[in-house]
Amino acid sequence: MKISINQRKRYTQNIAFWIFRLLSFMVVAILFIILCFLIYNGIKVISWDFLTQMPEDGMTKGGIYPAIIGTLCLIAGSMVFAFPVGVLSAIYMNEYASDGWIKKLLNQMTSNLAGIPSIVFGLFGMALFVNKFGFGDSILAGSLTLGLMVLPVIIRTTEEALKAVNDTFRHASLALGSSKWQTTRRVVLPMAFPNIITGVILSIGRVSGETAPILFTVAAYFLPRLPHGIFDQVMALPYHLYVIITSGTNIEESRPIAYGTALVLITIVLIMNLIANAFRRYFGKKVKMN
Amino acid sequence: MHKIETKEINLHYGNFHALKGINLVAKENTVTALIGPSGCGKSTYLRLFNRMNDLIDNVEISGQVLVDGEDIYGRKVQVDDLRKKVGMVFQKPNPFPKSIYENVAYGLRVNGINDKKFIEERVVSSLEQAALWEEVKDKLNKSAFELSGGQQQRLCIARALAVQPSVLLMDEPASALDPLSTSKIEELIHTLKKDYTIIIVTHNMQQAGRVSDYTAFFYMGTLVEFNETKIIFTNPKNIQTQNYITGRFG
Ligand SMILES: Nc1ncnc2c1ncn2[C@@H]1O[C@H](COP(=O)(O)OP(=O)(O)OP(=O)(O)O)[C@@H](O)[C@H]1O
Ligand SMILES: [Mg+2]
Repeated sequence: MKISINQRKRYTQNIAFWIFRLLSFMVVAILFIILCFLIYNGIKVISWDFLTQMPEDGMTKGGIYPAIIGTLCLIAGSMVFAFPVGVLSAIYMNEYASDGWIKKLLNQMTSNLAGIPSIVFGLFGMALFVNKFGFGDSILAGSLTLGLMVLPVIIRTTEEALKAVNDTFRHASLALGSSKWQTTRRVVLPMAFPNIITGVILSIGRVSGETAPILFTVAAYFLPRLPHGIFDQVMALPYHLYVIITSGTNIEESRPIAYGTALVLITIVLIMNLIANAFRRYFGKKVKMN
Repeated sequence: MHKIETKEINLHYGNFHALKGINLVAKENTVTALIGPSGCGKSTYLRLFNRMNDLIDNVEISGQVLVDGEDIYGRKVQVDDLRKKVGMVFQKPNPFPKSIYENVAYGLRVNGINDKKFIEERVVSSLEQAALWEEVKDKLNKSAFELSGGQQQRLCIARALAVQPSVLLMDEPASALDPLSTSKIEELIHTLKKDYTIIIVTHNMQQAGRVSDYTAFFYMGTLVEFNETKIIFTNPKNIQTQNYITGRFG
């Protein structure tokens, strides 16, 4: 049987589409499997007490309350630093700097910063914030280190968001006699804001999950109380998880707690994503309606 | 004194000589049409008057651009003030993603006007001037994106009028619109002429003939011929002009 060129084209296209479809389903499936695995193994230990009590008995019993609070502190602290710095530098690079060597240099530096392994940030944070500035192992030192680490993510996504705003809107605003800053603040930023939030989502995910940058700058091995200020140490979920997995005296007993902790960590990231998404949808609408 | 005048204007984009020694004058309350083939420099020339070329890197300008007798590239001139005096309407309607009301109020707000009553009056009068009021008076708080293309363009005109310029620059303001919206814009230009000096770029010969008092024909960065529209269209002195308006090139 002879097949026409058109049929052949259609076959190849169908095969290609099916492969793509399968691969994309695979991504979803993997995520789903990980979630199920964590829920299956971790749900047993999840209880109100687990979320609100201090760890006990060499971390084989009790809850993970201080680690949850610690991670939330670090998310907030790193964002307080990285969000304004990142967004403002992106605004400078995209709206103000003309295409010269300064812009090239800034761009290159941002890329380099993004390529530094997180353990190196940890080392750097220890040397600079903990020792040199004398902050000690503290929320402040940890937040600054994490903030530095996610700065490139925020800068890049903000830049993309600003670039996505068509120049015709800038021109329309400037042609009415508004300044560059007024144009940026009143026209460009509101339009870019929903996409900027994406950068925040991504960086919150990283901040809450990374162990290396907090290892030498803030994370406490075992500290069953809450911090009183930014110069206190805290426990944090990813490091706590690492500790329970590797150095528990009774691995059998602490294993469920490890899964439970992982589940809480994932849930926090998911909740943050949901909040940020809701935010984005709300502002997206407001930008259109206003 | 002429409302607008350019003297020996030369403009370079890097090495490219885009405007070559342009001399042109426009009287107050007249409409001047800029015509010529694509790439001849019409938009570039138009952008001189509100200094929008300043936004492009590597632009070199020599010569003088006078508005009300003042050199707008002079040291004392504040670009923001100039742009209040010389408004612009772009080729594609580009309302802000804000309400109809806020679009028109924008130019006032950025210029430091906060008086609610004043802003409201100005919004209404600008929309009336732009012949849009009747169509939008019941939905001022709706998004500007809900308007049709032609309405959006008239909104952009209202937005430009709200800061009370005395010169209005229009770069092919109707080229993205349907015939009905186009004729509305043309009527509008007719009525606006009482209060404004208008310079309009157009590719449409009939449009130039209908709306303008004077016509300037550009070709490859030079001003080939400038005269009353009647004369340009009935008795052009230059053979290139003649070829262009009779559609033999461009
Ligand atoms: N930003 C720029 N950088 C470099 N060259 C430019 C720039 N803008 C315009 N030019 C060049 O200057 C010349 C004039 O451009 P301009 O946009 O003024 O033409 P135009 O007459 O408005 O054309 P059209 O009818 O297509 O709108 C063109 O050759 C164009 O390639
Ligand atoms: Mg043009």
